[in-house]
Amino acid sequence: MMKYELKLYCETSRLSDLRNFLNKILQDTSLSEIEQHQVTLAVDEVCANLIIHSHGCNSNESIQISVEKEKGLLKIEITDSGDGFNITEYVEPEIAQVKKAKRKGGLGIILVKKIMDKIEFETSGLQNTCRLFKNLKSK
Amino acid sequence: MLKIETSKNSNYTTIKLIGEVDASNSVELDEAIVALVETDTKNILVDGSQLEYISSAGLGVFMSYIEDFNEKKIGLVIFGLNEKVFHVFQILGLDQLINIKSSKEDAVMEL
Repeated sequence: MMKYELKLYCETSRLSDLRNFLNKILQDTSLSEIEQHQVTLAVDEVCANLIIHSHGCNSNESIQISVEKEKGLLKIEITDSGDGFNITEYVEPEIAQVKKAKRKGGLGIILVKKIMDKIEFETSGLQNTCRLFKNLKSK
Repeated sequence: MLKIETSKNSNYTTIKLIGEVDASNSVELDEAIVALVETDTKNILVDGSQLEYISSAGLGVFMSYIEDFNEKKIGLVIFGLNEKVFHVFQILGLDQLINIKSSKEDAVMEL
Protein backbone atom coordinates (compact mmCIF):
# COMPACT_ATOMS: atom_id res chain seq x y z
CA MET A 1 0.00 0.00 0.00
CA MET A 2 1.23 3.47 -0.88
CA LYS A 3 0.37 6.55 1.14
CA TYR A 4 0.94 10.16 0.09
CA GLU A 5 0.42 13.24 2.24
CA LEU A 6 0.06 16.96 1.65
CA LYS A 7 -0.37 19.83 4.09
CA LEU A 8 -2.43 22.49 2.39
CA TYR A 9 -2.50 26.02 3.79
CA CYS A 10 -5.89 27.68 3.64
CA GLU A 11 -5.47 29.97 0.65
CA THR A 12 -7.30 29.36 -2.61
CA SER A 13 -4.09 30.07 -4.52
CA ARG A 14 -2.77 26.79 -3.07
CA LEU A 15 -5.40 24.71 -4.85
CA SER A 16 -3.17 24.40 -7.90
CA ASP A 17 -0.50 22.76 -5.67
CA LEU A 18 -3.16 20.31 -4.52
CA ARG A 19 -4.07 19.47 -8.11
CA ASN A 20 -0.43 18.92 -9.07
CA PHE A 21 0.00 16.63 -6.06
CA LEU A 22 -3.07 14.59 -7.00
CA ASN A 23 -2.38 14.46 -10.73
CA LYS A 24 1.00 12.85 -10.11
CA ILE A 25 -0.45 10.18 -7.84
CA LEU A 26 -3.43 9.44 -10.05
CA GLN A 27 -1.27 8.97 -13.14
CA ASP A 28 -0.15 5.65 -11.69
CA THR A 29 -3.60 4.20 -11.28
CA SER A 30 -5.90 2.32 -13.61
CA LEU A 31 -8.19 5.36 -13.83
CA SER A 32 -8.61 6.84 -17.29
CA GLU A 33 -7.36 10.38 -17.89
CA ILE A 34 -10.93 11.64 -17.71
CA GLU A 35 -11.50 9.87 -14.38
CA GLN A 36 -8.20 11.17 -13.00
CA HIS A 37 -9.24 14.68 -13.95
CA GLN A 38 -12.60 14.19 -12.22
CA VAL A 39 -11.16 12.81 -8.99
CA THR A 40 -8.75 15.75 -8.83
CA LEU A 41 -11.71 18.06 -9.35
CA ALA A 42 -13.72 16.39 -6.56
CA VAL A 43 -10.88 16.81 -4.05
CA ASP A 44 -10.35 20.41 -5.20
CA GLU A 45 -14.05 21.08 -4.57
CA VAL A 46 -14.00 19.67 -1.02
CA CYS A 47 -10.80 21.53 -0.14
CA ALA A 48 -11.94 24.81 -1.72
CA ASN A 49 -15.10 24.61 0.40
CA LEU A 50 -13.11 24.02 3.56
CA ILE A 51 -10.61 26.78 2.79
CA ILE A 52 -13.32 29.35 2.07
CA HIS A 53 -16.20 28.38 4.35
CA SER A 54 -14.58 26.63 7.31
CA HIS A 55 -11.30 28.54 7.47
CA GLY A 56 -12.17 31.92 5.98
CA CYS A 57 -9.06 31.75 3.78
CA ASN A 58 -6.82 32.11 6.83
CA SER A 59 -3.37 31.15 5.52
CA ASN A 60 -2.16 30.37 9.05
CA GLU A 61 -4.51 27.42 9.12
CA SER A 62 -4.10 24.24 7.15
CA ILE A 63 -5.84 21.06 6.11
CA GLN A 64 -4.26 17.67 5.70
CA ILE A 65 -4.76 15.47 2.68
CA SER A 66 -3.69 11.85 2.51
CA VAL A 67 -4.09 9.55 -0.45
CA GLU A 68 -3.91 5.78 -0.21
CA LYS A 69 -3.98 3.31 -3.03
CA GLU A 70 -5.08 -0.06 -1.82
CA LYS A 71 -6.06 -3.05 -3.81
CA GLY A 72 -8.87 -1.91 -6.07
CA LEU A 73 -9.57 1.22 -4.06
CA LEU A 74 -8.37 4.79 -3.95
CA LYS A 75 -8.96 6.51 -0.62
CA ILE A 76 -8.51 10.25 -0.13
CA GLU A 77 -8.75 11.52 3.41
CA ILE A 78 -9.17 15.22 4.10
CA THR A 79 -8.69 16.24 7.72
CA ASP A 80 -9.12 19.64 9.30
CA SER A 81 -10.04 21.23 12.58
CA GLY A 82 -12.39 23.97 11.43
CA ASP A 83 -16.13 24.15 11.78
CA GLY A 84 -17.17 20.73 10.63
CA PHE A 85 -19.02 20.51 7.36
CA ASN A 86 -20.81 17.20 6.97
CA ILE A 87 -20.89 16.68 3.23
CA THR A 88 -22.87 13.46 3.58
CA GLU A 89 -25.75 15.25 5.34
CA TYR A 90 -25.77 18.25 3.01
CA VAL A 91 -28.69 18.25 0.61
CA GLU A 92 -27.41 19.73 -2.61
CA PRO A 93 -29.63 22.01 -4.70
CA GLU A 94 -31.16 20.99 -8.02
CA ILE A 95 -29.30 22.33 -11.04
CA ALA A 96 -32.44 24.12 -12.25
CA GLN A 97 -32.69 25.82 -8.88
CA VAL A 98 -29.07 27.02 -9.04
CA LYS A 99 -29.76 28.47 -12.49
CA LYS A 100 -32.94 30.20 -11.42
CA ALA A 101 -31.42 31.66 -8.28
CA LYS A 102 -28.44 32.92 -10.34
CA ARG A 103 -26.27 31.41 -7.67
CA LYS A 104 -22.58 31.03 -8.24
CA GLY A 105 -22.19 28.36 -5.59
CA GLY A 106 -23.78 25.04 -4.89
CA LEU A 107 -22.41 23.08 -7.81
CA GLY A 108 -19.25 21.80 -6.16
CA ILE A 109 -20.82 19.25 -3.88
CA ILE A 110 -23.02 17.95 -6.68
CA LEU A 111 -19.82 17.25 -8.61
CA VAL A 112 -18.18 15.51 -5.64
CA LYS A 113 -21.16 13.24 -5.12
CA LYS A 114 -21.45 12.37 -8.80
CA ILE A 115 -17.73 11.68 -9.23
CA MET A 116 -16.85 9.69 -6.12
CA ASP A 117 -18.08 6.16 -5.42
CA LYS A 118 -18.39 6.60 -1.66
CA ILE A 119 -18.13 9.51 0.78
CA GLU A 120 -17.72 9.35 4.55
CA PHE A 121 -17.57 12.10 7.15
CA GLU A 122 -16.76 11.92 10.82
CA THR A 123 -15.97 14.34 13.61
CA SER A 124 -13.88 13.31 16.55
CA GLY A 125 -13.16 15.99 19.11
CA LEU A 126 -12.02 19.01 17.12
CA GLN A 127 -11.02 16.99 14.11
CA ASN A 128 -13.17 16.50 11.03
CA THR A 129 -12.39 13.82 8.51
CA CYS A 130 -13.90 13.54 5.07
CA ARG A 131 -13.08 10.36 3.14
CA LEU A 132 -13.58 10.09 -0.59
CA PHE A 133 -13.38 6.70 -2.28
CA LYS A 134 -13.00 5.72 -5.92
CA ASN A 135 -13.04 2.14 -7.09
CA LEU A 136 -10.03 1.16 -9.17
CA LYS A 137 -10.31 -1.38 -11.89
CA SER A 138 -7.73 -4.12 -11.79
CA LYS A 139 -5.05 -3.47 -14.35
CA MET B 1 -2.96 30.39 -13.51
CA LEU B 2 -5.61 31.98 -15.69
CA LYS B 3 -5.20 34.42 -18.52
CA ILE B 4 -8.20 35.97 -20.22
CA GLU B 5 -7.93 37.54 -23.66
CA THR B 6 -10.83 39.51 -25.06
CA SER B 7 -11.14 40.34 -28.75
CA LYS B 8 -13.95 42.14 -30.54
CA ASN B 9 -15.36 41.31 -33.93
CA SER B 10 -18.13 43.18 -35.72
CA ASN B 11 -21.00 41.14 -34.29
CA TYR B 12 -19.46 39.22 -31.41
CA THR B 13 -16.80 39.38 -28.73
CA THR B 14 -14.56 36.44 -27.89
CA ILE B 15 -13.25 35.70 -24.43
CA LYS B 16 -10.36 33.28 -24.57
CA LEU B 17 -9.64 31.39 -21.35
CA ILE B 18 -6.07 30.21 -21.07
CA GLY B 19 -5.09 27.95 -18.19
CA GLU B 20 -7.18 26.97 -15.18
CA VAL B 21 -10.29 28.45 -13.58
CA ASP B 22 -10.72 27.61 -9.90
CA ALA B 23 -11.91 29.20 -6.65
CA SER B 24 -8.86 31.49 -6.60
CA ASN B 25 -9.56 33.24 -9.88
CA SER B 26 -13.17 32.66 -10.98
CA VAL B 27 -13.85 36.29 -10.06
CA GLU B 28 -11.65 37.28 -13.02
CA LEU B 29 -13.93 35.37 -15.37
CA ASP B 30 -16.93 37.01 -13.75
CA GLU B 31 -15.42 40.47 -14.19
CA ALA B 32 -14.60 39.81 -17.84
CA ILE B 33 -18.23 38.85 -18.52
CA VAL B 34 -19.63 41.80 -16.56
CA ALA B 35 -17.38 44.16 -18.53
CA LEU B 36 -18.82 42.85 -21.80
CA VAL B 37 -22.41 43.13 -20.63
CA GLU B 38 -21.76 46.71 -19.52
CA THR B 39 -20.52 47.62 -23.00
CA ASP B 40 -23.72 46.22 -24.53
CA THR B 41 -22.17 43.18 -26.13
CA LYS B 42 -24.94 41.07 -27.65
CA ASN B 43 -22.97 37.98 -28.54
CA ILE B 44 -20.27 36.38 -26.43
CA LEU B 45 -18.11 33.52 -27.60
CA VAL B 46 -16.00 31.73 -25.03
CA ASP B 47 -12.92 30.14 -26.53
CA GLY B 48 -12.15 27.16 -24.32
CA SER B 49 -9.51 25.59 -26.55
CA GLN B 50 -6.77 26.42 -24.05
CA LEU B 51 -8.81 25.90 -20.92
CA GLU B 52 -7.13 23.06 -19.05
CA TYR B 53 -9.33 22.96 -15.97
CA ILE B 54 -12.51 24.44 -14.56
CA SER B 55 -13.98 23.83 -11.12
CA SER B 56 -17.47 24.63 -9.88
CA ALA B 57 -16.38 28.18 -9.11
CA GLY B 58 -15.96 28.82 -12.83
CA LEU B 59 -18.98 26.78 -13.88
CA GLY B 60 -21.04 28.76 -11.40
CA VAL B 61 -20.10 31.99 -13.16
CA PHE B 62 -21.59 30.71 -16.41
CA MET B 63 -24.63 29.33 -14.58
CA SER B 64 -25.34 32.63 -12.88
CA TYR B 65 -25.75 34.44 -16.22
CA ILE B 66 -27.94 31.97 -18.09
CA GLU B 67 -31.22 33.56 -16.96
CA ASP B 68 -30.02 37.15 -17.38
CA PHE B 69 -28.69 36.45 -20.85
CA ASN B 70 -31.96 34.82 -21.89
CA GLU B 71 -33.87 37.88 -20.67
CA LYS B 72 -31.51 40.37 -22.27
CA LYS B 73 -31.18 38.32 -25.46
CA ILE B 74 -27.44 38.04 -25.11
CA GLY B 75 -26.00 35.06 -26.95
CA LEU B 76 -23.39 32.92 -25.22
CA VAL B 77 -21.62 30.06 -26.95
CA ILE B 78 -18.66 28.12 -25.60
CA PHE B 79 -16.42 26.31 -28.06
CA GLY B 80 -13.22 24.28 -28.27
CA LEU B 81 -13.42 22.55 -24.87
CA ASN B 82 -11.08 19.61 -24.50
CA GLU B 83 -12.60 16.25 -23.64
CA LYS B 84 -11.76 16.36 -19.93
CA VAL B 85 -13.22 19.81 -19.42
CA PHE B 86 -16.30 19.06 -21.54
CA HIS B 87 -16.98 16.02 -19.34
CA VAL B 88 -17.17 18.28 -16.29
CA PHE B 89 -19.89 20.37 -17.99
CA GLN B 90 -21.64 17.10 -18.83
CA ILE B 91 -21.58 15.72 -15.28
CA LEU B 92 -23.72 18.66 -14.21
CA GLY B 93 -25.85 18.65 -17.35
CA LEU B 94 -24.61 22.13 -18.21
CA ASP B 95 -24.21 21.03 -21.81
CA GLN B 96 -28.04 21.05 -21.88
CA LEU B 97 -28.27 24.58 -20.47
CA ILE B 98 -25.38 26.27 -22.25
CA ASN B 99 -24.73 26.24 -25.97
CA ILE B 100 -21.46 24.34 -26.43
CA LYS B 101 -19.91 23.74 -29.84
CA SER B 102 -16.75 22.00 -30.87
CA SER B 103 -15.33 24.58 -33.27
CA LYS B 104 -15.34 28.34 -33.58
CA GLU B 105 -17.03 28.07 -36.98
CA ASP B 106 -19.91 26.12 -35.46
CA ALA B 107 -20.09 28.58 -32.56
CA VAL B 108 -20.31 31.61 -34.85
CA MET B 109 -23.14 29.97 -36.80
CA GLU B 110 -25.18 29.84 -33.59
CA LEU B 111 -25.22 33.61 -33.24
